[in-house]
Amino acid sequence: MRDKDRQLQFSDVNDDIVRSLVVTGKNYYIALVTAIFVTLACFFFPWFYQLNYGIGAAGMNHPNVWGTYLASFIFWIGLSHSGTLLSCVLHITNSGWRKAMYRSAEAMTLFSLMVAVTMVLVHVGRPWFIHWAAPYPNQMELWPNFRSPLMFDVMAITTYLTGSSIFIYMGSIPDFAAVRDRTTGWRHHLYVLLSLGWRGSDKEWHRLGVAYTFLAVLTIPLAVSVHSIVSWDFAASLVPGLHQTIFAPYFVVGAIYSGTAGIVTVMFVLRKYMNFEHYITKLHFDNLGKLLLALSLLWSYINILELFTGWYSGTSTEYEQLRYKLTGFYAPLYWEMILFCAVAPLLLISNKFRNSFVPMLILSIAINIGMYTERFLIIATTMSRQYLPETWRVYVPSLVEISILVGSIAMFVTLFLLFVKIVPSISIYEVKETMETPKSKKGDAEWQATR
Amino acid sequence: MNFIDRFVSSWQKFRKPATYEDFDYAWTMSIDLDRCTGCSACVTACQAENNIPIVGKKELAKGREMQWIRIERYWEGEYPNAKLKFIPMLCQHCDAAPCETVCPVSATYHNQDGLNTQIYNRCIGTRSCAVYCPYEVRYFNYNDHHWDSPLEQQLNPDVTVREKGVMEKCTFCVQRIRQAKDHAKDDGRRRVREGDVQPACVQTCPTEALVFGDRKDANSKVSKSLNDPRAYHVLEDLNTSPSVVYLKKVDADA
Repeated sequence: MRDKDRQLQFSDVNDDIVRSLVVTGKNYYIALVTAIFVTLACFFFPWFYQLNYGIGAAGMNHPNVWGTYLASFIFWIGLSHSGTLLSCVLHITNSGWRKAMYRSAEAMTLFSLMVAVTMVLVHVGRPWFIHWAAPYPNQMELWPNFRSPLMFDVMAITTYLTGSSIFIYMGSIPDFAAVRDRTTGWRHHLYVLLSLGWRGSDKEWHRLGVAYTFLAVLTIPLAVSVHSIVSWDFAASLVPGLHQTIFAPYFVVGAIYSGTAGIVTVMFVLRKYMNFEHYITKLHFDNLGKLLLALSLLWSYINILELFTGWYSGTSTEYEQLRYKLTGFYAPLYWEMILFCAVAPLLLISNKFRNSFVPMLILSIAINIGMYTERFLIIATTMSRQYLPETWRVYVPSLVEISILVGSIAMFVTLFLLFVKIVPSISIYEVKETMETPKSKKGDAEWQATR
Repeated sequence: MNFIDRFVSSWQKFRKPATYEDFDYAWTMSIDLDRCTGCSACVTACQAENNIPIVGKKELAKGREMQWIRIERYWEGEYPNAKLKFIPMLCQHCDAAPCETVCPVSATYHNQDGLNTQIYNRCIGTRSCAVYCPYEVRYFNYNDHHWDSPLEQQLNPDVTVREKGVMEKCTFCVQRIRQAKDHAKDDGRRRVREGDVQPACVQTCPTEALVFGDRKDANSKVSKSLNDPRAYHVLEDLNTSPSVVYLKKVDADA
């Protein structure tokens, strides 16, 4: 181990990051096995049961036909929003602090999107026919319904998934090459494949830079559109409380908010357990904290606006919806959400708070709990109070639903644990860009002499 | 016709507004609330005609009842001046149906008779149509249902038994409409006449509160009831243009 106080050098970066891939401790295996086990036991087993029994295994009932599965879907899509989007925005604005964290943030995007897609499979009644929602040529000449917001969803999510996987992969090519040159055995063969014959010539760097910026510009509107479209699933309906024009920005802001909180959590874990103290520093937490604060204020504003629109509409259905949301069956959850997502983040005003790791971790987890609650409430409060009072009924998630939610988190953790051992979780080449050029006194003098 | 003309003409066909004027029929039901006694005979008839499963005590407690037509009850006032009002609620076969736009696989669509139809074997069970329906008349099969022997013997052979994960709802007894159209064709008539076809609920209604017919036929009973001063649509302000018209109950005390 090198001295902690020594200035980081280029070779250290390679050492540290290759070490994070190659050297694996006992704790990692314990975590991986646990995560896989929980995924199987809490996600796949109940899902299998539900496939056999029908959606009745969940707690949904007649007016509440949507439940936690859809809430989880929105939650995971939301979590996916910050990674790639933030990485792109910060890349275009030339923010140096992005470089140490963007790889794992983008991985978070990718994996939460994958989990979101599995949540769709869990949600629909007959997932074995889910491909019917995709436009593919078939002998029946049947097409999906192009007017349906759900159909737009399929398009938007597949595009976003493709775009963000290309983005993360392209940004990793030079790193794969760097790791390729430092590893042996099966890893070497894997990275030979993944690095696509990268040699590091000027031409290659140039091409990479152009393509990377191009993709970054392309991905930003894509990310914004994805969650807008998810919000149209709701806003295009006539249901009081959902039929609102504010929904697209509301969802996008909420998504970036929960995603940024997710990045804070992931950064904390990486820093602590992968020994990246030199790379992920207080600076990152400070900047992410400022971002979170801004987002929380924006989110609170939109929430107030939502209440205002309901009140301003002056219709009995919207009034009932407001009354039910603020004081009804789900009101404790509503106030919990306000506490976690609007009040608690105000702590971020304090410099000291932003610069301390453990409080930031706790806050980021609280925000994500609050944001899950928000997604749940969007569905549960509106579904149970629609136009005809005869049909009003509350909805409580069943054990199967809760188990599948826990399992989906475990699935995300599993994917992430596999990722940190295969892909360099901190960008080797971009971190080097932020460091000072290496010089030895003697070499420097010689180099000067040749000029 | 060259390609562009063909494209434009089929595009225009596709862009036809939701209120169809040139459909073969515009099946309509009128419900006279002054005549309705709330006896629930229509509910039972529908259950028998359309193979609607009896979900059982346990599922009913969870709120997963299946009734394509239901009697909604509303209490007004406090005891002893309480009043009970009821209204039969079934699929309104809206001409501008929100459920039709949202289905990603077009499992629900408007057919040439002006009916809002549900294709069971195309349904993938996103349940979004049930959310989009403001009348809450779409019912989801939360699990497979079975009929204890010998009850399976009484299943209607003209109607599918739906599997789990599929949405279902009132069809205006589309199987009977189909049959009436076939008979009309066999008899050499071009159109189904008034009274040739009745859904099970209409047929069974003892007070004739429910009347079924073609809105395009100006002399039919339903066409006349549309002009009745008591006529109204439920949740009319949502602009779904429903095909079920209600005749208001005239309350002597009010």
